[in-house]
Amino acid sequence: MTKKLKKQLIKIIAAGVLFVLGLLPCFAETMRLVMLAAAYLIVGGEILRKAVRNIFKGRMFDENLLMTIATLAAFAICQYPEAAAVMLFFQIGEFFQSYAVNRSRKSISALMDIRPEAANVLRDGKIITVRPEEVAVGEMIVIRPGEKVPLDAVVEKGATSLNTAALTGESLPRDVQAGDAIASGCVNLNGTIEARVTSLYQNSTAAKILQLTEYAATQKAGAENLITRFARWYTPTVVILALLLAVIPPLVGWFDWNEAVYRAITFLVISCPCALVISVPLSFFGGIGAASRCGILVKGGRCLEALAKLRQVIFDKTGTLSYGKFAVHDICPTGSITKDELLELAAHAEAHSPHPLAAAIRSCYGKKLKLEWLGKAEELPGFGVRAEIDGREVYIGSEKLMKRLKLDVQTPQNCAAAVLVAVDGQYMGYLTAADEPRPEVPQALAELRKLGAQSLIMLTGDSAAAAEPLAKFAGLDTFFAGLLPADKVGLIEKHMMKDGSTLFVGDGINDAPALARADVGVAMGGIGSDAALEAADVVIMNDRLDKIAQAVRLARRTVRIARQNIVFALGVKLLVLALGALGDASIWAAVFADVGVTVLAVLNAMRV
Amino acid sequence: MQKIYKIENLDCANCAAELENALHDVKGIADVSVSFMNGTMRIEFADEDMAAVMTEVRRVAEKIEPDCEIFE
Repeated sequence: MTKKLKKQLIKIIAAGVLFVLGLLPCFAETMRLVMLAAAYLIVGGEILRKAVRNIFKGRMFDENLLMTIATLAAFAICQYPEAAAVMLFFQIGEFFQSYAVNRSRKSISALMDIRPEAANVLRDGKIITVRPEEVAVGEMIVIRPGEKVPLDAVVEKGATSLNTAALTGESLPRDVQAGDAIASGCVNLNGTIEARVTSLYQNSTAAKILQLTEYAATQKAGAENLITRFARWYTPTVVILALLLAVIPPLVGWFDWNEAVYRAITFLVISCPCALVISVPLSFFGGIGAASRCGILVKGGRCLEALAKLRQVIFDKTGTLSYGKFAVHDICPTGSITKDELLELAAHAEAHSPHPLAAAIRSCYGKKLKLEWLGKAEELPGFGVRAEIDGREVYIGSEKLMKRLKLDVQTPQNCAAAVLVAVDGQYMGYLTAADEPRPEVPQALAELRKLGAQSLIMLTGDSAAAAEPLAKFAGLDTFFAGLLPADKVGLIEKHMMKDGSTLFVGDGINDAPALARADVGVAMGGIGSDAALEAADVVIMNDRLDKIAQAVRLARRTVRIARQNIVFALGVKLLVLALGALGDASIWAAVFADVGVTVLAVLNAMRV
Repeated sequence: MQKIYKIENLDCANCAAELENALHDVKGIADVSVSFMNGTMRIEFADEDMAAVMTEVRRVAEKIEPDCEIFE
């Protein structure tokens, strides 16, 4: 609790005690009046001061002024306990709001506790501690166990485990060793490491995330703007009605001045729109906080609202539904050769090829190449490779290559890419490679469908043959292949719906325009590219697709709670206004309705 | 040009909304958003002269919420 809040609490308690004593019949009349007046002044002094100040500033509909008028009017018509009660409970409501806001601010800032305070930098053979902002790119930093990684860097010496929870929501530590890139904001768990800085602090992961979260709070949800606009005319309207209620009935002769003023006071008591105004952003703030605890950065309430309206998801293929790397999918030997032998020959034949397929074959082989096997090799551009391996003549490459060798081959079906192998003039079989889909794809997509996604679409720059198996595996409705990055934006525009949002999910590599164009742009895999970070509405810090469904569920929950609060707070206020005008609601009822609504709305918002 | 400022001692969410509303009319401001929850304010400047705009912003803030403090 802050100092200010503590002071407020003490005042409330002191005034509360005096107030209760002032209600007891065992004291004399004047004594009771003095105690009520004292309670009033303790708890309302600040409000009176602000009210007077605001009159001079010409702010007539200020809540402090309204509470002052209401309570002074109550004194004037000899409703002393009511006057004190209005002030006391108004302050209790305010206190509760501040407490809730503070609490949720603190929970977010604890969550966002990734700001590194200091960096240990190696200069002239000595370790000195400086602020992260003062470290230049290329300097060596030392990170000891328990310390935060201050800047993005690459490990050069040592090995350790990093806790990346604050960045990715991932609870398993990540092991790193020399050569691995580490992101600022992670916490070093057990080993001391030395690392070379790769970016200035203001461009580092931690700084970028912090900027993003600050920015997020100012991107308000539609519901939030609606409610502040409503508040702008709610208060003046209620105040004018109160004025009319105090003046007209006595003049017409419906009831006397005392009764009229009494009813007008009930109006003033519920004229403060604060409960309404705070409960909505409090809900959204909670939603954004809950999402970042799961490693999902949401850029503001507006994005949560759009997420909640999920109707369609468009995926980028490479890097999103698939790993974005080729892997050997199938090895199909022909004749007497075994799978392992075929793979071994292929790996050696492709020993020097820079082709992505060659890399996939070598990594599938996994073992060290036998250098004594490698003979002369030549690249046949557009066809493949001819190599002498262990004294045999190996041709490896496309179907075209085999045709050129006049070999009869079976054509590999349904695959992104294949290489065929011939040894000493004889066809030996083929290997296929594919950009491997992420195994969790079908389940993640099924979940999105359950959440109401009516169509799931995939966009890719690859060929249709490469895209089709993945589309089937993932359970997509349709896919568009052979696209240029610019085509993606056009396709998204064509498919956007009038009601309900279209999500675009990409890995941020050259799809920033698409991320920006969709109703909700979801960037996977954290803060890889600046453009993606800026264009996306939602950033998933690790690359788990199931986080999208989780984000949608959180968004829906948040929107539901915000809506509940609006309906509830407005409903109660309107009800009390109606009853107050008819004379069926006492000042007590108005006070409790007002504070009760505040408390309940705030508690509800904190559920998110 | 966008900038985020910290804003402290705002009384209530409604005051923040009122402040935001008043700041919309300040010349040289293209867009402004005051977040009571976060205690931050995002200003999008239309003019180059940010210092002059900020002087006016502080004047308006003083009028609506005399206790509040704005800093970078």
